[in-house]
Amino acid sequence: MSVKIFKINEDLKEFMPQEIVDLEEKATWGNPKRGVMDLPYSKELIEEHSLCAGCPESAAFRYILASLPNPEDTVIVNSTGCTSLVFPHIALHTVHPLFGNQNSVASGIKRVLEWRFPDKVKDVVVIAGDGATIDIGLDCTLQSFFRQEKITTICFDNEVYANTGGQDSGATPKGMEFKMAPGGKQWDKVPMWQLAIDSGCHYVARLSVSSPKKVEQVVKKAIYVAREVGPTYIHLYTPCILEIGLNADQGLWEMRQRDKERFKFFEYMTDEAKEVIKRKKEEGLL
Amino acid sequence: MAKLGPAGYSPYPVSVTEGVLTPPPGKALMFNEIVDEEVAMREAAKAMLTRENPTIFPGPQVLYAWNEEAKRKAKFVRKMAEVLGAKIIPMYDYRPKYPKIDPEKEINPNHPNLTIWHNKIKACIFIGVHCHYANVALKIIRAETDCFTIAMCSMAGHEDAMITLRDQHSEDLEKFIRIAEEVKRELGK
Ligand SMILES: Cc1ncc(C[n+]2csc(CCOP(=O)(O)OP(=O)(O)O)c2C)c(N)n1
Ligand code: SF4
Ligand SMILES: [Mg+2]
Repeated sequence: MSVKIFKINEDLKEFMPQEIVDLEEKATWGNPKRGVMDLPYSKELIEEHSLCAGCPESAAFRYILASLPNPEDTVIVNSTGCTSLVFPHIALHTVHPLFGNQNSVASGIKRVLEWRFPDKVKDVVVIAGDGATIDIGLDCTLQSFFRQEKITTICFDNEVYANTGGQDSGATPKGMEFKMAPGGKQWDKVPMWQLAIDSGCHYVARLSVSSPKKVEQVVKKAIYVAREVGPTYIHLYTPCILEIGLNADQGLWEMRQRDKERFKFFEYMTDEAKEVIKRKKEEGLL
Repeated sequence: MAKLGPAGYSPYPVSVTEGVLTPPPGKALMFNEIVDEEVAMREAAKAMLTRENPTIFPGPQVLYAWNEEAKRKAKFVRKMAEVLGAKIIPMYDYRPKYPKIDPEKEINPNHPNLTIWHNKIKACIFIGVHCHYANVALKIIRAETDCFTIAMCSMAGHEDAMITLRDQHSEDLEKFIRIAEEVKRELGK
């Protein structure tokens, strides 16, 4: 897509809402060096969100959208969940497929884009909850890894089906109770980052969204590797403060606690991925 | 026949179910009648000049400067609004907005009726709206409001508009403006 698409005709500019004018004048397009440090100065690609106040998923959104190296040519495939109503507020192409089949839809989109625009770089990024990625959609997620689809998958792991009121998912840790899972989870948390490695992902990272700069780094690495090598996977802890009974200002505190244990920063890359990352660093893009 | 609403949730909110199709090249559609383009342009201008709160809804294809034709069209849309004494409310993209839109400033294809109700718009022109969204919006407007809809389409037109003008490029907009000026004089406005 051409960045020109965001240029408003002067004759009609005065009729446009300020938020749209800002997208032209103050957003960061066409600059792969864009990142979270632009957040205080630039127009964000997310206008507002419909999540609970203080929900860490909103922070994750802001950091990811600020870090995409090629937003004007990025398609986001999302899924049903707390985040679904946020996507319409994002100034990018987003596709909402059936719950759980986001990686299949993303695979198709990526292949068609490669065929239709062979000379252009088009990134396809999946953003979906743990229920969608690890539970109901696990088949589609893993199959896309097996097939070596050149897409990036980002899982917002809040360890629960939050949007449907709190049922346990594959990502819920053993013993954890929720409103609609009062007996407590019976089995262990699915180590999705390990499954991703075993299924053929070339870059895998696990972390919470407590550090914006870290999120930027892993998002950029995952996208660059997916472009050239194959599937990449990012597992983000975005706790559901509502379901675990925290206040709006406690999300960061919660993530920092888990940074020391089950969401300790973890990164894996294949040799081919290392090559790409090394080159991108030399180019000053990481 | 593509009746003026409100049709409510009638079983036939879609004019193709009543056999109304888009006009052939070189012609225009007025309700269910195929007419000469000039005839339709005159009626469209008359509707805009005589009904309350006439409004032009420009879509992305004329709002953004993505090619030279779009830039030319934007100038004509402005001119058209001046001649018709119409407001301009943009449909700048197609994202559904939650929790709500600001109906004074914007129109959204997912609930265009909100803007029309709020501003009591009785005649409108769709221009530069991508076909699939114009199709959705025009059906909703037809079913839910008593607004007279005019589609100025750069492609094959929209049978759900009360008047549809097809293959409209900048020279056709110029022609429409000339006709609108004439009609305006005839109406003594
Ligand atoms: C095919 C299908 N099955 C089930 C649902 C119901 N559903 C809506 S949201 C949701 C839970 C989403 O959980 P998760 O992916 O973890 O996202 P979260 O809300 O926790 O962010 C489910 C099961 C649906 N919308 N579609
Ligand atoms: S229910 Fe939980 S995950 Fe969903 S928006 Fe609220 S805090 Fe965030
Ligand atoms: Mg979840």
